[in-house]
Amino acid sequence: MVRIRSYRLSRLPIHLFFIAVSAVFIVPLWSIIAISLSNELDISNFGYHLIPKKIDFQAYHYIFDNPMTIVNAYKVTAITSVIGTLLSVIMISMCAYALSRSDFKYSKIITFYLFFTTLFSGGIVPFYILMTKFLHLQNTYAALIIPLLGNIWYMFLMRTFFKQLPDSLVESAKIDGAGELRIYITMIVPLSTPVLATVGLMQLLIYWNSWFNALLFIDKQSLYPLQYLLQVMMSNIQEILRNMTSGGQVDATMLANLPTESTRMAMCILAIAPMLFVFPFFQKYFAKGLTVGAVKG
Amino acid sequence: MQLRELRKDFRKNKVLLALTLPLVIYVFIFSYVPMFGAIVAFKRYQFNKGILGSDWVGLSNFKFLFESPDLWRIVRNTLGYNTVFIILNLLGSVFVALLLYEITSKKLLKVYQSIMFYPHFLSWVVVAYMAYAFLNPRSGMLNQWLSDLGLGAVDWYNKSGPWIYIMPLANMWKEIGVSAIIYYAGLLGVDPTYYEAAKIDGASKWKIITKISVPFLYPLMTILTILAIGHIFSADFGLFYQLPMNSPTIFSSTDVIDTYIFRALIDNGNIGMSSAAGLTKSILGLLLVLGTNAVVRKINSDNSLF
Repeated sequence: MVRIRSYRLSRLPIHLFFIAVSAVFIVPLWSIIAISLSNELDISNFGYHLIPKKIDFQAYHYIFDNPMTIVNAYKVTAITSVIGTLLSVIMISMCAYALSRSDFKYSKIITFYLFFTTLFSGGIVPFYILMTKFLHLQNTYAALIIPLLGNIWYMFLMRTFFKQLPDSLVESAKIDGAGELRIYITMIVPLSTPVLATVGLMQLLIYWNSWFNALLFIDKQSLYPLQYLLQVMMSNIQEILRNMTSGGQVDATMLANLPTESTRMAMCILAIAPMLFVFPFFQKYFAKGLTVGAVKG
Repeated sequence: MQLRELRKDFRKNKVLLALTLPLVIYVFIFSYVPMFGAIVAFKRYQFNKGILGSDWVGLSNFKFLFESPDLWRIVRNTLGYNTVFIILNLLGSVFVALLLYEITSKKLLKVYQSIMFYPHFLSWVVVAYMAYAFLNPRSGMLNQWLSDLGLGAVDWYNKSGPWIYIMPLANMWKEIGVSAIIYYAGLLGVDPTYYEAAKIDGASKWKIITKISVPFLYPLMTILTILAIGHIFSADFGLFYQLPMNSPTIFSSTDVIDTYIFRALIDNGNIGMSSAAGLTKSILGLLLVLGTNAVVRKINSDNSLF
């Protein structure tokens, strides 16, 4: 034996590294929380601080006293997320199942037809004209739901999963006289809950975090989803707060006293809270979904 | 004769065909119709005449685009940033994955992974809020720290220079957890007997990493990098639109092809310029994906997209 583990990387530096990295990841989130709990006067005098001079729930009080704006945004986001996710999982899984069947005659051509759209797109301009000038979908829920429905990558992810189901399953059901639709609904769907859940969660996340379609198609505040409300608040907090305060009759001095800085951050916390509590439990599903890149077209 | 066969095929497959129909129709309306609508790039679009009714103007929209002084800026920024992102994310996530692999405690491993993964659940709007907490020129923490160090405050949203560092940092912060997990999963696939054999031979840790772990990741690194190069013309719109808050004074280092197309369409209503830029991007993107895929297929046909 020439050398016996002459050099062994101690684990301590590794842990120190990850503790430092963790701090870099947590401090931004923490800073939002800290600002949302700060006193407005302290902010304007001393700026943002990681540790508030004194804890003040003023911003949260203010939001909960005038909850309509955020409740409404939650409602819009919830409706689009639930309907969008359900529709998209149904649509995607039906198609994926048919394309996974090796005896489906039109599988090749439809696969190519769908796959081509991931390679080439007409761009945002014709899509925008289609949505607004032909379908007249500005300021509708449909404008928030439709653009994200047909995710071709997730379709391929599901198809790969369905392909792993044994062929004999379908054959024996057919011999028993079950129709195609019945096989899909009573056999394939129950066997595929893991992949349906994975795709469902990923779509849910996409819908929950979406703001782009609101930016394009929505200008009525009653249809602002959460993320878009946040975006508008960043540039136009005064306007939102004026609409938020019940009655809408606010004079200038009162507006000046509103906790704009801390309220903005408190809104942000309220918007991401469900996400941060719920999604970590499903992290393994997301990690699974990452293999989507390895799916063949 | 042939007709009868076609009809028989159809009858046999009609239920499965019906199952594909919703997605097929959806894709037709929302992907293929806009594809044909891309001809608007060759027209002078007028709202009242629609796409088909508007007058053809040949390549004049493209001429305007290619003569525009903005073109160099947006192409440079898009390609430059994406190149930096690809390199940094590759090095960073492989580095993190290798370190994660050294951690034996299951619990700590889970904690570190979750902490680095959570930005994946946030939208760029929220990340822009986080950045604002640091960069707000009046109350932001970064300016406070600078003044503690005796340095002057920086008007971050009006100063373009620092953004060439902020952008890659923000991008890495949001994405590294995800890509590190991909590489970490790759490392879990290494046969442990390699490591045992190396240890018996007295190989140093450094040798083990550079001669076993990293080479094992080469295929994954190659494929992911080449695929990323295929999308080098597409910038992450959320990052470039939300983080700089669409501030015009820093466009020189934050404007990319996608934000430019968006602004031309929504803010300026310049349909011609916007659609010409969009179509150019789509065509270049298509060629690049086809090209990179051909390269991947040469290296390892299992990993090619098609």
